[in-house]
Amino acid sequence: MDFLIFKAPMLMVQASLDGILLGILFALIAYGMALQWGVMNIINIAQGDLVILGGYIAYTMYLAGIHPAWGVIVSPIIMYFVGWALYKLVINKVVDRDLFISILATFGIAIVFQQLMNFIFGADVVVAQSEYGTTMLFDNSVTLPNSKIFSAFISVLYAIALVVYMKKSRLGRAIRATAQNARAAKILGVDTEKVYAATFGINAALCGIAGALISITLTLHPYVGLPYTVRSFMIVIVAGLGNLPAVAISGMGLGLFEEFADYILGTEFRIGAVFMLLVFILVYRRFKLSKKREYLK
Amino acid sequence: MTAIKQKDLILYSGLIILGLVAPFLFSAFKVQLTYLCVLIVLAMTWNLQGGEMGYNSFGNILFYGLGMYLTASVQVGMFFPLAEWTESGGEKTFVHTTAQYFQGIGVGLLVAAIVPTIVAGAIGYAILGLRGHYFAICTLGLGIAAGEIAGGIEIIGAGQGFTTPPFPAEIVDPEARGQFFYFLSFLVLVLAFVFVKYIYGSRFRLILNAIRDNEDKAEAMGIQTMKYKIVGWMCSAFFCGLAGGIMGGLIGYIDSTDVAFDGREMGVFMVLMAILGGKGTLWGPIIGATLFHFFKEGLWTFILGWQYVALGVLIVVIVVYFPEGLMGWLREKYPERFGEVIDEKDRKAQVELK
Repeated sequence: MDFLIFKAPMLMVQASLDGILLGILFALIAYGMALQWGVMNIINIAQGDLVILGGYIAYTMYLAGIHPAWGVIVSPIIMYFVGWALYKLVINKVVDRDLFISILATFGIAIVFQQLMNFIFGADVVVAQSEYGTTMLFDNSVTLPNSKIFSAFISVLYAIALVVYMKKSRLGRAIRATAQNARAAKILGVDTEKVYAATFGINAALCGIAGALISITLTLHPYVGLPYTVRSFMIVIVAGLGNLPAVAISGMGLGLFEEFADYILGTEFRIGAVFMLLVFILVYRRFKLSKKREYLK
Repeated sequence: MTAIKQKDLILYSGLIILGLVAPFLFSAFKVQLTYLCVLIVLAMTWNLQGGEMGYNSFGNILFYGLGMYLTASVQVGMFFPLAEWTESGGEKTFVHTTAQYFQGIGVGLLVAAIVPTIVAGAIGYAILGLRGHYFAICTLGLGIAAGEIAGGIEIIGAGQGFTTPPFPAEIVDPEARGQFFYFLSFLVLVLAFVFVKYIYGSRFRLILNAIRDNEDKAEAMGIQTMKYKIVGWMCSAFFCGLAGGIMGGLIGYIDSTDVAFDGREMGVFMVLMAILGGKGTLWGPIIGATLFHFFKEGLWTFILGWQYVALGVLIVVIVVYFPEGLMGWLREKYPERFGEVIDEKDRKAQVELK
């Protein structure tokens, strides 16, 4: 095989580091999806578009002259309310319904979000400059933008903060109780409606953080939301709901897969490879389960 | 098949006559009418496995796009080298004669119908083992992956797109092109209707319904569910491929993600139309598609730029407030017209209970 990546071992190191740092970011988005999937039993196709919207908030700050890194604090606050409003408007009507209804409804939301972002921010590919410089490793043969290290660090920080919050706080316990058994939680005095709204808000806030980090590490475009949705969906079905270390590891695995696919297949097939991986994972799990005469639930 | 009732006979012959004279009556709207026929075919065949079988697919666009690329490729490849055609941007260097054009599109449509059916059969065993939302997401992934991959393949034009052969210049009548595509799509529509109507009267439909209502029980009753699921999907794929082939010729230009594997438009439209009219009914998707097309064409020009916002809002509203569709609503309102017998005493007793 005469691929460049197999001839130059340093490229391998480069791709691995890029992949792992990127994967941590994916894991953060996937964590949000796992949270609301587990609690509300909803698959949110608009997840990726929430991420992009969060990114545009940071980008707007950058345009206004504020350093985009502050976006990781401002963007989740705004996105929390966006998520909360979205829940009150649409999601609360699909919580108890068939999952396909929630998929289609959030698909509609995704289309609206994409188009609105297209109107407001334009259809150009944009990036917010963090001006953090780059770190050179191994005799300058591996370049690592500091913004990527920063984004991975922030992701881990927020993930830990959220885990602690879910364990210790009253709302966190209410959310976990609702996830286990919504009816029992209701009987015991948990306002499940409020819990659902908060869960969706927290999910949107996580997307906001991820989006702000994407705005300084990768690029933003109104129509690139869906791949993020699919990535987080993939991570969740591989890792399972509520298994945080597995989410982190499969996130990094996905990041690695993507970077290597990028080098081996070429950049034009990168998104295609992600979607094909989704199909392969689902089919693989289906065959594995069908041996026991079971199916994915 | 049972004998067609006289009332139905009048209805069907009326519709066929309407379909045959429509391009002459509304000469300016021929392209719109062709679109309508294709949309109805897509909605009707989506309904076959989305509504009847309960397997909500976002990925039928895969077969549609496949059919589109196959028709155009066969039409060109039969007479000219395909690679040079796409490289030169199509029609500038090579010209199809009239006979070549029609032979090409005939064979192309045949291939476009058969290959997607085979593909559906081949991947069916793997994909249809998934259930519910996993199936929906998996097919969504398939459709988008197909678009992304087609956008990277050089021989079919990659990202620049692929010009389909233009209508032969020897036919000078300016109406001819529109009429040709209209009658082609109308023929496919009639074929699809007869086929779906036949299925609605057959045991096959009952099996599909059994799969939708409870697959495990259907299997326990001795139905080989996998076999019927694959056949159901293949039926959809057959007509999706044909519809795609016609649309490719009509539009005259194929782009990987915006025209062929257009999950954002066609892929959603077919689901939406079937739901709007009412899933799991014969006439629902037809009415849904017609309404949707009128709404779209009427409104699109007034809200230029905002059409996707309107589309998204429409999806949310239909899905959240109207999941049973028009036929479902009518059925609830006038159950006796759908052949449902209501026991008045029982109904009253239930009302009192509430």
